Amino acid sequence: MRISTIYYCLKQGIKNIFRNKMFSLASIATMSACIFLFGIFFAVVVNFKHIVKEAQTGVAVTAFFDEGIKEDKINQIIELVKKRAEVDHVNYVSAEDAWKKFQEDYFKNAKELVKGFQNDNPLKDSANLEIYLNDISMQKDLVTFLQSIDGIRQINKSESTAETLSNFNVLIGYISAAIILILLAVSVFLIGNTVTIGISVRKEEIGIMKLIGSTDFFVRAPFIVEGIIIGLLGSIFPLFILYFIYNEAIQYIMQRFNILVKLLQFLPAEKVFSTLIPTALILGVGIGFISSFTVTRKHLKV
Amino acid sequence: MIKLENVSKEYMTGMPALNNVSLHVRKGEFVFVVGNSGSGKSTLVKLLLKELEPTEGEVIIDNVHLKRLTHRQIPKFRRNIGVVFQDFRLLKDRNVYENIAFAQRVIETPTRYIKRDVPAMLSMVGLAEKYKSFPRQLSGGEQQRVALARALVNKPKILLADEPTGNLDPKNSWEIMKLLEEINQQGTTVLVVTHNREIVNAMKKRVITMRKGVIVSDEKQGGYYDED
Repeated sequence: MRISTIYYCLKQGIKNIFRNKMFSLASIATMSACIFLFGIFFAVVVNFKHIVKEAQTGVAVTAFFDEGIKEDKINQIIELVKKRAEVDHVNYVSAEDAWKKFQEDYFKNAKELVKGFQNDNPLKDSANLEIYLNDISMQKDLVTFLQSIDGIRQINKSESTAETLSNFNVLIGYISAAIILILLAVSVFLIGNTVTIGISVRKEEIGIMKLIGSTDFFVRAPFIVEGIIIGLLGSIFPLFILYFIYNEAIQYIMQRFNILVKLLQFLPAEKVFSTLIPTALILGVGIGFISSFTVTRKHLKV
Repeated sequence: MIKLENVSKEYMTGMPALNNVSLHVRKGEFVFVVGNSGSGKSTLVKLLLKELEPTEGEVIIDNVHLKRLTHRQIPKFRRNIGVVFQDFRLLKDRNVYENIAFAQRVIETPTRYIKRDVPAMLSMVGLAEKYKSFPRQLSGGEQQRVALARALVNKPKILLADEPTGNLDPKNSWEIMKLLEEINQQGTTVLVVTHNREIVNAMKKRVITMRKGVIVSDEKQGGYYDED
C-alpha cells in the first residue's frame, strides 16, 4: 500500500470527525461517561483492596523457638521461612528484645522493680519470629509448614481474622469483576449504538465508494481511524477529570472523617493512575476500533 | 465487451425482473436501453455492476465471468466500469475536486497524477471554475457533469449511465448526452438506460427495448416507440 493512501485514510478519518460534529460529540460524550464510571469504580476497588491488604499485613503469625535453641539453628529457620512465597517479611524478636520490650511496656513508671531481675531474663525462652504474610489466605499452609520444622515449639495465630480478611478479599474480587463486566458490556452497547447510528447515516456514502471500486479496506480505514480517535479522546477527557478529583476526594474524606485516618490508607494518585491510564486508553481505543470495524462490515456487502 | 447469456433474475419466486435475457454489446458501441418502469432496466445495470447475482445465466464483461469473481476481486473489476446515476450519488460533504479525485484515490493513483487528471476532467465537463463548490451549491446538470467526470477519470472501458437525464431539464439533458457521445467517440463503450424518448429518437443509436423483463426489440439505429 502507498504511503499516500495511508496518509489519505488518516486525513479522511480526522476530517470525518469534523464533518459529523454532532455524532462525534455524542460518541465522545458516551465514551467519556463510560470511562469515567469505570475510572471511579476502578479507583474505589483498588483503594479498597489496598486497605484490606494493609489490614492483612498487620496480622502476623508468631513462631516460638524451642528452649535453648542455638543461634545458628534460628538463622537457618529464618532463612527457610523467608523463602516462602506467601511471606511478606519477618521480624525476629530475641529473648533480650522481648524482655526489653516488656520492661518498656510494663515497668515504665516503676523502674526500681526491674532491679530485682538484674542479670536474669524471665523471658529467656521467648525468642520468637513474627511472620507477616502477603496473602492471608495462605496462613494455613504456612502454619502447617512451621509445624513441620524442628526447633519451633509453639505457633500463635488468629484464624478468624485471617479467614474474615481472606473472604472479604475474595468477595471484593468477585464484585469488582462483575461490575467491570457489566460496565464494559454497557459501554460496548452504548458506544456501538452511537457508532452504528453515525455510520448508518453514511450508508449511502459507503455504497457509492463500493460502486466506484473501493476495496473494503479503503472504505473501512477512515471509519476505523475515526473510531480510534473518538475512543482516544473519550478516554483522555475523563482521565483528566478523574486525576483532578481523585486527590480532592481523598483529602475531603480524610478531613471529614478524620477518625478513620488510621484505618483508611488510600493509594497515591500516581499508583492508581499508573494502571488506570493504560487500561482506560486501551479500553477507549479498543472499543472505538471494534465498534467501527464491526459496524462498517454490515454495510460493505455491496 | 458486454455479454449476457440467458440471464434471469428473480427477487421473489415466480416474479422474474429479468427473464432469459441474452445480449451482446461490442467494444466501442453506444447503446440505449429503454422501457417503462418495471421493465428490468435497473436490474440489468445492477447485474452489470455485480451489485446483484443472476438467478440463472451468465454475465460476461470484458471476458470476465462475473459469477467467478470473489468478493475481493469485485473492486478491481468495477474500476473498469464508469457509472453515472439519475440521482448523481456524489459525496455531499466533499467538493467537486475531491469527488472526482476520490475515484482515483480508490485505485491508489499517485497524487501527482490526480493533480494532473482532475483539472483535465473538470475542463472536459466544463466545470473548471467550480472545483471548490460542494454538490449542494451546484445545479442538477452540473452535479451530473461532476458524476460523469468521476466516472471517466480512470478511463474506464465501459460507461454505464442509469437514467442520467432523469432529473435534468432538456438543455442540460442534451449537454450530458453530447458529453456521452464524445466519450464514446474516444473509444469507450457506452450503455445508457433512459426514459428520454426525445433524445433516444434524435440520436439514432442502437436501441434495446425491454418490457416485463424481456428484450422485445433490438434495433441498430432505433427509436423509442410507444408500448401499445
